[in-house]
Amino acid sequence: MELLRKLEILADAAKYDASCASSGTTKRNSLKGGLGSTEGSGICHAYAPDGRCISLLKLLLTNACVFDCAYCINRASSNTQRARFTVEEVVQLTLGFYRRNTIEGLFLSSGIIRSPDYTMEQVVRVARVLRLEHGFRGYIHLKTIPDASPELLAEAGLYADRLSINMELPTIAGLESLAPEKDFRRIRHAMAGLRTRIEVAQDEARTARRASPKKFAPAGQSTQMIVGADGADDGAILGTATDLYAGYRMRRVYYSAYSPIPDASRLLPPTAPPLVREHRLYQADWLLRFYGFSREEVMAGGQGGMLDLELDPKTAWALQSRANFPVDLNTAPREALLRVPGLGAKTVDRLIAARRHTRLRAADLARLRVSLAKVLPFVVLADHVPRGLDGAGLRSRLLPATAFAAAARPVQMTLF
Amino acid sequence: MPALAQRPGVAVTLPGPADFPAWRQAARGLVAADIRPEQAEWVVAGELPGLLAQAPAPPPSAAPFSVPRAFLDQAEIAIRHSDPERFALLYGLLWRLVHGERHLMQAATDPAVIRLSTLAKAVRRDAHKMHAFVRFREVQAEDGPRHIAWFEPDHHIEEAEAEFFLRRFASLRWSIVTPRRSVAWDGRALSFGPGGRRADVPPDDAMEPLWRAYYASIFNPARLKPGAMRAEMPRKYWRNLPEAAEIPRLMAEAPRRVAEMVERAAAAPNPRPQKPRHLQAFPRDAGHLSAPPHVARDMPTPIDAPSDPALALAALREELLSRPDLPEFAARATQPVFGEGPLGASLMFVGEQPGDEEDIAGRPFVGPAGRLLDRALAQAGVERRDAYLTNAVKHFKFTPTGKRRIHQSPDAGDITYYRPFLAREVAAVAPQLVVSLGASALAALTGKKLPVLKTRGQVVTGLTGHPVFVTVHPSYLLRLPDPQAQADGFVAFVADLRAAHQSAGAALA
Repeated sequence: MELLRKLEILADAAKYDASCASSGTTKRNSLKGGLGSTEGSGICHAYAPDGRCISLLKLLLTNACVFDCAYCINRASSNTQRARFTVEEVVQLTLGFYRRNTIEGLFLSSGIIRSPDYTMEQVVRVARVLRLEHGFRGYIHLKTIPDASPELLAEAGLYADRLSINMELPTIAGLESLAPEKDFRRIRHAMAGLRTRIEVAQDEARTARRASPKKFAPAGQSTQMIVGADGADDGAILGTATDLYAGYRMRRVYYSAYSPIPDASRLLPPTAPPLVREHRLYQADWLLRFYGFSREEVMAGGQGGMLDLELDPKTAWALQSRANFPVDLNTAPREALLRVPGLGAKTVDRLIAARRHTRLRAADLARLRVSLAKVLPFVVLADHVPRGLDGAGLRSRLLPATAFAAAARPVQMTLF
Repeated sequence: MPALAQRPGVAVTLPGPADFPAWRQAARGLVAADIRPEQAEWVVAGELPGLLAQAPAPPPSAAPFSVPRAFLDQAEIAIRHSDPERFALLYGLLWRLVHGERHLMQAATDPAVIRLSTLAKAVRRDAHKMHAFVRFREVQAEDGPRHIAWFEPDHHIEEAEAEFFLRRFASLRWSIVTPRRSVAWDGRALSFGPGGRRADVPPDDAMEPLWRAYYASIFNPARLKPGAMRAEMPRKYWRNLPEAAEIPRLMAEAPRRVAEMVERAAAAPNPRPQKPRHLQAFPRDAGHLSAPPHVARDMPTPIDAPSDPALALAALREELLSRPDLPEFAARATQPVFGEGPLGASLMFVGEQPGDEEDIAGRPFVGPAGRLLDRALAQAGVERRDAYLTNAVKHFKFTPTGKRRIHQSPDAGDITYYRPFLAREVAAVAPQLVVSLGASALAALTGKKLPVLKTRGQVVTGLTGHPVFVTVHPSYLLRLPDPQAQADGFVAFVADLRAAHQSAGAALA
């Protein structure tokens, strides 16, 4: 099979992995040889019409797979065409694209062939050749196979910036019904193992007596959960996510709305979740990690274990917690400001700096490009006191009149 | 305009459009000469001359003054903006900073401060987009490959951002041509020249078909979100991005592709599926975290009285891994944490439940409390490896808070649930003395709510009939507020352990 066709098949097979981050690793450059650099924040070299960032060359080494996960296009019983790269082909594609400045690096995953160790060894070999034979200094993300041997995992962490193991389904029941070969417990064991190795390497780096302490995945580990393929509600998904963040020090948990795939399994629901559900989960995830919200608070804004699709989770929470408002932007502490709908962390910091020197007014908010319609109902300013905070009409006033909001309503998939 | 008549305006000519050191020096001179912002006009050499008569800039000031770092950091970036008013904006801010408004930069809602931050932000975004959207084409020269790119930045960022491409591509020889400037790296030095034209850059490259194929294949037609794409990759960049030529086709075809997927939904499984011929379901590696413990899967699990203690413990482990009625929190733990130590150990320590580190490692007493216990055991003359250590509850119960899992004490129901397991473990180990660490262990071992601090040092009879020595849990010592109380508590704890050790020894003798 010619290279172009393989690339089409094995990129297509890789696109259901949402992660494309190239951030959070050590700073490197090629001033003393090699190729490439990493500078802390990632770079998105292109965007596809699905709105997703293209930062890494995201490929499967092969889409042949002996696992039969119902949600996956590459499952053993799928009719999809199979292909397999050689190690050298992936290396040359990575280097060639990198030299043309189209990517930050490589995200390599693979279907399971022969055995977990055999598959993992092939994946690790690509990284080893890139790092050792070509002095590649760009970003490498390797998908880790939970059952691979510890030696291979150790070597993977030596070359990779980030490692990931996908949880895929947020509940044990979901995993058992849709991914029979996957085992919730073994996935967690493997994540625990990665956390241990990452922390040992971090401790060594802090207390390094050697010039270059042994590295292990400096950009940490991440995982992904599919949303809407099983019956798990948003509360269950966020519950698993918070456990994963706290238990295994995940840098990121990705949520991927289950989308129709060619050749779908009969086990899957006929309705794809609206994309906005995934968006709301990311917003809620942000509130949990950076805005001091608990999962229970975030879920209080929704109903029946699901987030409000029509409103962002902070606004939805505020509507259910009106006793906490209005917040006086001139006097309230930072934590209270962070809970005001429409105020992000950066804006909050600028407001706190500014109010040391002036009494904040509505015009000041406008100059900071804050959405007044969103914020004013919940705040007191030098020239503003909100009205109708207790009124029943507040919710409808806050609903965004955009196409995005219309997209919030779930749609039964129909033929066009 | 009497003021202007008294002090004629001054035109300052800067050598380049983004020359911050030159602007800084000139501005310092203007402040020293007391030239007000509205009297100064800023011109870039080679651009249109200003309206004011060209007057020589005042000499550099002898008396230096300081301005906040926050201003310099933003100004150095904002000066690269293409807005012709940028020099005047910076000088206006500088003037206010040195004339009584030292804290101006913190006034985040001041229009001029906002303008400065807007300009700096636009320049940073432009730089970021340059890092992202420059596309090199590879041409074969006689002495090896060269990489050439055409790019159209909005602002004067070519020289500043050349460093980025140098750090990344020092081993290549490359050049970037823009309408205003060109940058080249020959492997030894960076050089800057005048701008060029798109035609100066080769139109195609051997790898572009592959890149376009990748772009088209990684796109998911079922998630069409062109607005999100355009927000981050505005149309103005498309003409210089080879992959952007695919966008119209991809968008046009998306609805049909999705319709086809829906139509074909629930296809019959492949009659010749991929076969797991060589797949080993369980790697048999003892040291491997994800490997299940070495217990024969179909070993019978006699609940009542397995004759061999080792088999009894193995059966216990197996049962804990597969019981369908475990408390809800057990499913959120990484693994059950079993006891550890030799069968027949004279001392058996029972704690409360595994913590965060025990849950990760799968071993008891390896976290902060475990390390404290290790120190105390060493001082008391007890070898840890000679003792058997375990917990009353075998799974970690926690509440997640951000990046940590906070230990949650087991309730009476949890202790009751795990009590039979503990009882079987005690029976299998058959120690001379069970050392109960803390209230939960004591409740689990005795079935009674005894006050630990009042009973500590005593030996009571456990539900299994074994003697139970009562003391505190090491985490109690960690929670004591002041260092003196901790030190005293540690001494008392060591004394307890020594007493337990002697008591077990006496029982053995």
